[in-house]
Amino acid sequence: MISIKNLKAEIDNKEILRGLDLQVNAGEVHAIMGPNGSGKSTLANVLTGNENYEVTSGEVTFNGKNLLNLAPEDRAREGLFLGFQYPVEIPGVSNAMFLQTAINEIRKYNNQEEITPKEFLARMKEKAKVVGMDSSLISRSVNTGFSGGEKKKNEIFQLLMLNPKLAILDETDSGLDIDALRTVSQGVNEFKNKDNAVILVTHYQRLLDYIIPDFIHVLYNGKIIKSGGKELALELEEKGYDWITKGEK
Amino acid sequence: MSVEVQKRNPIENFVASAESICELNQNIKLKEIQLLAKNNLLNSQFPTLKTEEWKYTNLKKLLSYDFANSSSMDNVVVSNNEIDKLKSSSFDSHLLVFVNGIFEKELSDYSELSNQIFISTIAEAFESDNELVEKYFSKISMENTAFDFLNLSNFVGGLFIHIPKNVVIEKPIQILNITGNAVDISFSSSRNLIIADENSESTFVQKHVGLKGEIYFNNISTEIYVEKNGILNFYNLQLDNDDSYHFEKTDVIQNRDSQFHHYNFTFGGKLVRNDINAKLDAENIECTLNGLYIANDSQHIDNSTFIDHAKPHSTSNQLYKGILDDSSHGVFAGKILVARDAQLTNAYQNSNTILLSKEAKVDTKPQLEIYADDVKCTHGATVGQLDESALFYILSRGIPREKAKSMLIAAFAESVLSDLKIDALKIEISHLIFEHLNRDEIL
Repeated sequence: MISIKNLKAEIDNKEILRGLDLQVNAGEVHAIMGPNGSGKSTLANVLTGNENYEVTSGEVTFNGKNLLNLAPEDRAREGLFLGFQYPVEIPGVSNAMFLQTAINEIRKYNNQEEITPKEFLARMKEKAKVVGMDSSLISRSVNTGFSGGEKKKNEIFQLLMLNPKLAILDETDSGLDIDALRTVSQGVNEFKNKDNAVILVTHYQRLLDYIIPDFIHVLYNGKIIKSGGKELALELEEKGYDWITKGEK
Repeated sequence: MSVEVQKRNPIENFVASAESICELNQNIKLKEIQLLAKNNLLNSQFPTLKTEEWKYTNLKKLLSYDFANSSSMDNVVVSNNEIDKLKSSSFDSHLLVFVNGIFEKELSDYSELSNQIFISTIAEAFESDNELVEKYFSKISMENTAFDFLNLSNFVGGLFIHIPKNVVIEKPIQILNITGNAVDISFSSSRNLIIADENSESTFVQKHVGLKGEIYFNNISTEIYVEKNGILNFYNLQLDNDDSYHFEKTDVIQNRDSQFHHYNFTFGGKLVRNDINAKLDAENIECTLNGLYIANDSQHIDNSTFIDHAKPHSTSNQLYKGILDDSSHGVFAGKILVARDAQLTNAYQNSNTILLSKEAKVDTKPQLEIYADDVKCTHGATVGQLDESALFYILSRGIPREKAKSMLIAAFAESVLSDLKIDALKIEISHLIFEHLNRDEIL
């Protein structure tokens, strides 16, 4: 699905990613953990094409294409999705109109027919139910006046609506109460199948009780310094990061 | 030997036209008012860049034209067909049509309204010794500039509108102000007086449009009184020709418990100057002065507001938003005065501007003069480009950059549009925003 080799990136001339390697295959869920400032959000932003970050070297291949050469909108059309840590409010633009535009742009790029209004509405209804979103939220402006939890649910709602190939979820679990966390996890579990993949960027092991990862990676100082199975999360929870990061600089 | 060059004084041209208007004046009282204005005009000067309130707006080009008073020309014929095209028809309204500053009864459609309220031309009202018109006409002016004297001395066919006590007008009153004269470069002085009496409620939609592509100079004055517990909404749409000059002054005096909500939308005009002055002259008043201006090419749009909190316990809200493209120039100068006994005043002012090009610029000048000690007054101004992080968010969903920008423009305008009481007007204005910026609207 995605293959990242020796990725280096900087923001404001400060190097954040210092040679990162990662391979994610279809059907897999990867969790990326690590202390603050290790480069987790940078990785998510670089992959989706945020122009504030500059890639200085490395390669990223996404379904056989050179991802780094694509504009952010084309990355989305190729099937990449970022669940934002801080979703943006867009007053005056309804969720429905926003998503219909997005779906049709993605379809157009892939030479598919536009979604019919009927099909779109049915899908909205179905997916809203999964994340427990009230139908009134759908006609409301994108994220406008939403609580923190509602914004995160809306990210997952968008994920389900757009149905990408690879979902990168940047701290989607931060700041959620347990009910919202369950709902969000349920949405992600509903999304994943053998043909797509998920990268969870998170601080907290708690999320991994609800979404079981196949692999866990520890990101530190811009590199992955340890990878393991889901049991690594428990070890991290117990011992923190020090035992791994010791000796790393 | 030096050759003395006679400097052309632009005032003289306007004084001459005022003289001929005064001469034709039938009513002694009105004639007196206009003669005085003419003399004041003669003794005044147009503001220059050195005048504090005009320091961002250059009048040189405007004053280089020899404008002729449109009322002295042959009547421009506007067909009913054209009216239908120019007026807003997306909502039901009572229609009052002005052509070159003169009320056109035949083109208007307000028979239903005339049963509810009093409408006549100002001249007719003076002619019939109307006490209200004699008491209130031309009395507000909080400051007098050459433009005020020019308007008062040169106006011909303005309206006096009196909404009586307890009358609620459900349908909006649409004032369609058409300017244009194919023959000459003309100026017109439109002038209206509106008295919204106790407990009355009404909504005005005023729309300024150019007839064809002519150069013209509008100098408009509206005096408004909102009496006790009255509510008046005033939505002003300035859609003038690209080469026109539009100067508009709105003066309001509010009495206790009243509400006045003014929304100004500027899209057209080469040079536009708005002066909106509200005096909150009693307690428990609500006043909104909001605006949205969209400019491109080399348009210059200058909005100047003044809110005078004279008494305690009142609230004023101001939100002016601008979207400036190409080499356009915006100005927002907002003054708030809180008098010493206007305790417990709430006065909020905000100005936000988006610059879509490197050449566009905006000058903002907030001015707070507060003499009371127990008040809440805030002001803020932001100038910037479209929010990059919001743009990235939209792009990351597969939406192309141009559509993403349109979405953010809609989002920016939303906070001014959202409180309009007429949904169809919101949609109409949204269309105008995108039409004016030459962008596709996201629907």
